[in-house]
Amino acid sequence: MTILDVDVRHEQGSFALQARFQSDGRLTALFGPSGSGKTTIVNAIGGLLRPDHGRITVKGRTLVDTKKGVFVPKHRRRIGTVFQEGRLFPHLNVRHNLLFGRWFTPEGGRKASFDHVVDLLGIAHLLDRRPSTLSGGEKQRVAIGRALLADPQLLLMDEPLASLDEARKAEIFPYLERLRDEGGVPIVLVSHSVSEIARLATFVVVLSEGQVMASGPAAEVLRHTNVFAQAGLTEAGALIEARVCGHDDAYGLTVLEARAGALTVPRLRHPVGTRLRVRLRARDIMLSLKAPEGLSALNVLPGFISSVDEAEGTSVDVQLDCGGDSVVARVTRKSVDELGLKPGLPVHAIIKSIAFDPEVLGITQPENM
Amino acid sequence: MEGLSPEEWTAVRLSLKVAFAAMTASLIPGVAVAFLLERGRFWGRQALDVLVHLPLVLPPVVVGWFLLVGFGRRGPIGAFMEEYFGIVFSFRWTGAALACAIMGFPLLVRAIRLSIASVDRKLEDAAGTLGARPLWVFSVVTLPLILPGIIAGMVLSFAKAMGEFGATITFVSSIPGETQTIPSAIYAYTQVPGGDAGAMRLTLVSVAISIGALWLSEWLARRVRRRVHA
Repeated sequence: MTILDVDVRHEQGSFALQARFQSDGRLTALFGPSGSGKTTIVNAIGGLLRPDHGRITVKGRTLVDTKKGVFVPKHRRRIGTVFQEGRLFPHLNVRHNLLFGRWFTPEGGRKASFDHVVDLLGIAHLLDRRPSTLSGGEKQRVAIGRALLADPQLLLMDEPLASLDEARKAEIFPYLERLRDEGGVPIVLVSHSVSEIARLATFVVVLSEGQVMASGPAAEVLRHTNVFAQAGLTEAGALIEARVCGHDDAYGLTVLEARAGALTVPRLRHPVGTRLRVRLRARDIMLSLKAPEGLSALNVLPGFISSVDEAEGTSVDVQLDCGGDSVVARVTRKSVDELGLKPGLPVHAIIKSIAFDPEVLGITQPENM
Repeated sequence: MEGLSPEEWTAVRLSLKVAFAAMTASLIPGVAVAFLLERGRFWGRQALDVLVHLPLVLPPVVVGWFLLVGFGRRGPIGAFMEEYFGIVFSFRWTGAALACAIMGFPLLVRAIRLSIASVDRKLEDAAGTLGARPLWVFSVVTLPLILPGIIAGMVLSFAKAMGEFGATITFVSSIPGETQTIPSAIYAYTQVPGGDAGAMRLTLVSVAISIGALWLSEWLARRVRRRVHA
């Protein structure tokens, strides 16, 4: 079922937005640089902004249709929003902030359990505190809980992590992952961070200057480096699913198992069996025609070239199929000519273990599932 | 120095009654006008702003004279109010309260307006996304947040009413027991030989009430601020 169907045009000063996409993902990421129109779209979905033209449908319910003169006011949309700055009510304590939406939800529509949400977000010890005494990360967790307890049809998150430092972000990530996997509410996340998207998104919409550059399942979209280059972001790479296979404590390494083969990465704390997402950045991957010998790199993935795409300047993105996983390597045009790289050719993708950034490793599902 | 005479007590009681009535009656219109001026986008907003502020800059006696013309028994509004609501202003304590309310209105509106301007409207948007309709947003988010401003405005209005003299005496004169508030009673004492002691007694009462009101407002504002911002 289509969760979100957006087709809007809006002008604000010199900025023009023209966006059209459909998503059925549990977590749809709106991705792009500042000023690309992400927040405008989120505000239009949430009812904080009235688009000039267009239509917005959430789970089959039309919220905006300028042709038919439909505009559902924000308090009747049942769309929760988590703002960048939290926006907790300063005159209410955490408990009353959390319960705020309850006052306006019809008795029959209350599905989210207070205890469950409090437990999911780890905020039980904060209930009697005032918002001004909370840290940035705690505020955001309370803001997420407050939105969830209003029993929304959809949860919008407008860069909920942007105002936090790396340590606070790391504190929130696991909660967002749990929310995505067991929260039961589809999420739209606005972000300009590739690592955030790689870790969390199941569906990605790439925006640039008010236009949709690409949209589709996360693994598919993130593979296409050229899309990101056009969006002003060169951080492109493949997203593959893997499982923790074992730890090698003597060398401080962890072995992951993916469809493409075994990957050796710096030691992770996740127990054996944990399912992870791993992002392989295109520029960290080398290609070799023969299985390499006498090489320090620990990861060699055999596969076939599925396509050769032009990237910007002298580089070329080579798309590989490694045992069913899609991997992309960024190489020079000269290498393509010298090695004769073309679709169908068997090659080996070589990745240094230290290229794995712990930031890009995300848990896809909790261990006990 | 001996205590207050019965007539002086009457003036004190009357002053408190008039000031309290003026403050209470102007509260809701004050909040409404402050919202209109701060948030409203309508034709004539500037004119309303000027009108509200006029009592602050006009000589009080001019305001009193306007009241006499408009709200007197033969004035258009005064006649209407008497005919349809049975409310008479001229030479009654209600008229004194009306004069005090109008003189204190700009102070009340300014204090509330400042606090409305400082409310983060994003909080109101957030309340909307949580399902609160506009009237609820106003009562459970906006109103608690502007409460310190409302309290400050009420105290200013009350203090102004306790001290109002010019407009009151012009509009409703100085009738002991009906319209003679503390300031008019002090003035009356100064007009008769040997009235110094009485004037002094009422002056001290006036000072005490003013200090008490200020102290109460400070105490209230601190409590509310702690609730709202701490």
